[in-house]
Amino acid sequence: MWMLEIPPFVPFFISALIALVTRGFLRAVIMIIIPVISMLHLWMVPEGIHLQFSFLSFELLPYRVDKLSLMFGYIFHIAAFIAIIYSLHVRDTSQQVAAMMYAGSGLGAVFAGDLITLFVFWELLAFTSVFLILARRTQRAYAAAMRYLIIQVLSGVLLLIGAVFYLADNATLEFAYLGLDGIAGWLIFIAFGIKCAFPLAHNWLTDAYPEATVTGTVFLSAFTTKVAVYALARGYPGTELLVYIGAVMTCFPIFFAVIENDLRRVLAYSLINQLGFMVVGIGIGTALAINGAVSHAFNDVIFKGLLFMSMGAVLHMTGRINGSDLGGLYKSMPKTTVLCIVGAASISAFPLFNGFVSKSMVMSAALENGYDWIWLILLFASAGVFHHAGIKIPYFAFFSHDSGIRASDPSNNMILAMLIAAGLCIAIGIYPAALYSLLPYDTGYNPYDATHVLAQTQLLFFSALAFVWLNLRGMYPPERPSTNLDFDWVYRRLFPTILRSIFTAIWKMDKKLRQRVINKIESNFVFMSKKYSQLTDLLSRGYPLGSMVLWLVIVLSCYVFLSVIY
Amino acid sequence: MLAHLPILQVIVPLIGAPVCVLLSRARLVWLFALIVSGLSFIVSALLLQQVLMSGTVIYELGGWDAPWGIEYRIDKLNGFLLLIISAMSTLVLFAAQTSINKEIPAEKHTHFYILYLLSLTGMLGVVVTGDAFNVFVFLEISSLSSYALIALGKDRRALWAAYQYLILGTIGATFILIGIGLMYQMTGTLNMADLAARLPEVAQTKTVFTAFAFVITGICLKLALFPLHLWLPNAYTYAPSIVTAFLAATATKVAFYLLIRFTYSVFGGSFSFTTLPLQFLFMTLGLLGIFVGSIAAIYQTNVKQIFAYSSIAQIGYMVIGFSISSVTGLTAALLHIFNHALMKGALFLALGAVMYRIGSVQINQFQGLGQQMPLTMAAILVAGLSLIGMPLTVGFVSKWYLLSALIEKGWWPVALLILIGSLLTLVYVWKIVEIAYFKPSLSTNSTVIEAPLAFLIPIWLLVIANIYFGVDTRLSVEVAHAASESLLQAQGQVRP
Repeated sequence: MWMLEIPPFVPFFISALIALVTRGFLRAVIMIIIPVISMLHLWMVPEGIHLQFSFLSFELLPYRVDKLSLMFGYIFHIAAFIAIIYSLHVRDTSQQVAAMMYAGSGLGAVFAGDLITLFVFWELLAFTSVFLILARRTQRAYAAAMRYLIIQVLSGVLLLIGAVFYLADNATLEFAYLGLDGIAGWLIFIAFGIKCAFPLAHNWLTDAYPEATVTGTVFLSAFTTKVAVYALARGYPGTELLVYIGAVMTCFPIFFAVIENDLRRVLAYSLINQLGFMVVGIGIGTALAINGAVSHAFNDVIFKGLLFMSMGAVLHMTGRINGSDLGGLYKSMPKTTVLCIVGAASISAFPLFNGFVSKSMVMSAALENGYDWIWLILLFASAGVFHHAGIKIPYFAFFSHDSGIRASDPSNNMILAMLIAAGLCIAIGIYPAALYSLLPYDTGYNPYDATHVLAQTQLLFFSALAFVWLNLRGMYPPERPSTNLDFDWVYRRLFPTILRSIFTAIWKMDKKLRQRVINKIESNFVFMSKKYSQLTDLLSRGYPLGSMVLWLVIVLSCYVFLSVIY
Repeated sequence: MLAHLPILQVIVPLIGAPVCVLLSRARLVWLFALIVSGLSFIVSALLLQQVLMSGTVIYELGGWDAPWGIEYRIDKLNGFLLLIISAMSTLVLFAAQTSINKEIPAEKHTHFYILYLLSLTGMLGVVVTGDAFNVFVFLEISSLSSYALIALGKDRRALWAAYQYLILGTIGATFILIGIGLMYQMTGTLNMADLAARLPEVAQTKTVFTAFAFVITGICLKLALFPLHLWLPNAYTYAPSIVTAFLAATATKVAFYLLIRFTYSVFGGSFSFTTLPLQFLFMTLGLLGIFVGSIAAIYQTNVKQIFAYSSIAQIGYMVIGFSISSVTGLTAALLHIFNHALMKGALFLALGAVMYRIGSVQINQFQGLGQQMPLTMAAILVAGLSLIGMPLTVGFVSKWYLLSALIEKGWWPVALLILIGSLLTLVYVWKIVEIAYFKPSLSTNSTVIEAPLAFLIPIWLLVIANIYFGVDTRLSVEVAHAASESLLQAQGQVRP
């Protein structure tokens, strides 16, 4: 079958090309049809290596299919499909093209069978997605985009260096289990970690995603971090360090999310929190845990997409996104409100919503493998998620005090996109077996047993209670327009300040030094100009014939002498 | 016909020279010489193709067997050289008639072409022959005719320069002859291949050592290797422009070919590099040549002299490549022969064009020429950049190979010195560019216009070649690499 040999990124790149030259209805139809065809195509593809060629002396596998990559391939298609529908109203060609290229790069990365191909798509992800941020066309967005790009490219460069080291150590570039031994393993680990928003390396995400366009953020939330999760699941399953990193990732964003005012930034923090669950799953590394991580990535794309879409709809219709400016929108945007609540319920892992069926897998795996403390942390994080994403988002946007804003529900395509996502959230929540059948391992896991359901419901009710109580007593941190300092303060404020003072000192010294050198050179020039006439004369005056012949004799006698004694 | 190509290579210009006398009108002679040189070029192209396809071509003169009769032997090395020489000769000759109209009295025009063709014959002969004594004969043919060519210069100092070159060149040739004589005394043969076979038996004798020293000294003089370069600047400066372009592009290349041929093929690499500390000697002399040549070039006020001194520096690069005595090093040296011919051919022809329009090549005369002769000056700029070693020009390719050869051997300091040498090149090239482009033109030169097409066509062909072979290096690098590989292979192990 010739179709087999077309990697899934190709249709998307073609779609980008078509999006570049077409406009209006035709573009809309093509952009919707292509992911559908590509999805059907992917559905037929059996596992195995479908494309292989030599570059320089390396074997490259740009198209390798197995269950793990297929899983991500499916969800990327779904995400792209939903996001395309959501952004159908966008007239900005550069955004449409960039979005298609970006989705294609994500697909290319998860089907990459070797580190070089991975690197290429890794960098493409960065370069295509940056346009989605730039497309906001504000000064803030521009600055955030540049910071984003620098960090993403840095990650790519680390990956490339790591790949070179890996090649030197293992004489292969195949992207399989890498492990943390050796410099190559660490470099690639850091590269993946940056893209996966590990603590202290997470600021590009919370910095850039809220600055992107309404539709751009929906795309962004789906691909970049999930590619990183895929890469970690492929290269570092069972690395214990990941369990602890993941645990930290689940917790610290909660605090930032609670005090953050920009609701899309709240979601960005909550994205890191969800990534934490996946990273923990990968770190535990058992079949159940990997399944949990992968299925959670799958579900997260859907419900986080849904939440970003609903907040995008709010931003799109009202022009505001700060919690302090919003409120009472449920009256004028009822559909959006309902759909947002579905997303919130999913991310909070209510039973019968998709968050529940995957998150519980990771938690069960933590318990099974003796990570009791980690389990408690995850439990705490679950409560936190419910707080900031499950309650805070819908509450401050749609209820709370009436802000007096009267908007209407967004255009039909946006509602439809959210509807599809919400439908998937509930469908997977009710019938998880469909999702489980796609997973890399067969574990026969059933999320709906009494303990799980009870524990989760209890947790949710008590945290809801806490929120209500705190809010009534006026102790819940109110929404205030404020700037919250995160780690990026270190490199956006502290480092520049330190560097500025250092450079001021250096320039002072430099000035003195140069003055001295210039004085020296000047005096030398005076000296040289005196000698000048002698030097040129020596090198280039017309020598008398006798001296030339003398040289000839000297050279000859040297040669003879040397050849005899040497 | 094809079987007789090797002898045709020499016989065509040799017969062509006296025929010139029969043609009375100068333009006719020019056309005839151009055709003869063009034919040589075709012959050498066919020869190189034959060599690349089917290996070394051996031609026995008059049907006499090799050790007794004279044998012409063309392998990749001299096939490559033949192509360079005949191509450069043809290109330079294209501009000849226009140029000599202003520089040589009309009654001497026919003489000029006769001498030119004879000189070409001599160079081609030196390269093509496989017989040591024959080398001397052809060397003298080319040398004597080039002395006369230089003396044709209208500056009276040309005579003096030619006289100096005559004395020194004759001594050099005599040294080579003495060396060949000593070898003949020890082995009883003059055929190079035969010499190579017989010399090892008597290698450890003082006679052979002395022979080697004489041959190398003689060649070094012809090559103008520092400190035996003193004849070159004046000869190049005061000769007619066309002669300078021709000699700069070919003559030192022939001498360098002889150096390689004698050290690698006749004496053998292992003998050559153990008898004398050649590696060290040539490395040092090459470096000194680079620095002395470049620094002297910076201080000159005559642009022809600037590039004459620059030639001494460029010879330094070739000799360093040679002294590395690895495949990459030799490839770099051979590449630089080719590339240097392209650069200096373009530069000296462009100077010829300036001479044609202005009548002087003093640097102050170049003021404002960037506007008045834009194409000629652009050619000087590009060829100058190539001389410096800018990427995308041929100069970069050969320097790149030279540096990688040095780094292969771990000779970092030399590599560093070569880079500094390139910076010196930048200085004297920039000096010309600055004056030509950033100074207002002299009032005396206000009527100067762009050079005639007779100049521009060959100049720009060379400039384009400078860029083309800087980008598409397949032909030049492949031939140079194959030639150096076969040279080193034939010699087995060279002392590291």
